[in-house]
Amino acid sequence: MTNTETIEKKRSGRPPENIRNEIRIELPSSSVNEGIARSVSSVFVSQLDPTFEELSDIKCAVSEAVTNAIVHGYRDKRGIVYITIKILDERTVRIEVRDKGCGIDDIKTAMQPLYTTDPEGERSGMGFTVMESFMDRLTVVSKPGSGTKVTMVKTLGNPKRTFK
Amino acid sequence: MNSGMRSSKAEAVSTIDGHTMIITLSGDIDHHSAKRIRGQIDSDLFIKRPKRAVLDMSAVEFMDSAGLGLILGRIACAEKIGCRLTLLSPSPQVMKILDLAGAGRFIEIKQK
Repeated sequence: MTNTETIEKKRSGRPPENIRNEIRIELPSSSVNEGIARSVSSVFVSQLDPTFEELSDIKCAVSEAVTNAIVHGYRDKRGIVYITIKILDERTVRIEVRDKGCGIDDIKTAMQPLYTTDPEGERSGMGFTVMESFMDRLTVVSKPGSGTKVTMVKTLGNPKRTFK
Repeated sequence: MNSGMRSSKAEAVSTIDGHTMIITLSGDIDHHSAKRIRGQIDSDLFIKRPKRAVLDMSAVEFMDSAGLGLILGRIACAEKIGCRLTLLSPSPQVMKILDLAGAGRFIEIKQK
């Protein structure tokens, strides 16, 4: 069984597939790599000259997705977090964060604000809410026992400065 | 613009001013750093048992929802020892996360 949940705030038909640039990162599921993933994402997206707020939003969304993969996907066991960032058309960033961990049984419940499986660990349960709020579109596909793929899309403003 | 290649190490430094403890947070507050920071703050709160504590956020460079969990947990921790916690000068990026959870309902937030 595969669970899919998509939250689309700006529907504009099929997502564009005109890939202008792409980076793939594979990181061991160690929490120190949360900062590495944020930093690499930030540098890659910076070629589009985003605003400070846009860059902060993307860094935060990546941080949440990678932390989920490490904490919930692999449950602090060893595994690899796969991150792909693509620049589509002129100003659209699509980020995929994938793990081969335990998967999510009930995505709808997991995505509810303040829902957490780990209240003792002081997790706020706001990870998916942050991703959903800071990006334009969030899709979560998960297969229990096989892993989870989170796809986030954000189209940046300021069309005068486009990808060269 | 600083593209932020460096992930800044998080720190919590506590000082006492009368009955008030000032806890200055700095760097990147994420899941990786939150556990260590939490231990430091709780240890300072339980040893010094101030009546008031101020969490100065002005030097925080990045915070995600793990930082939110850290703050909500410290509110509960401070309440246990009869201490009132206030947040000081969160950046617009940090404020955006706090607003998502409606943190203003749980804690007083002041700007310098």
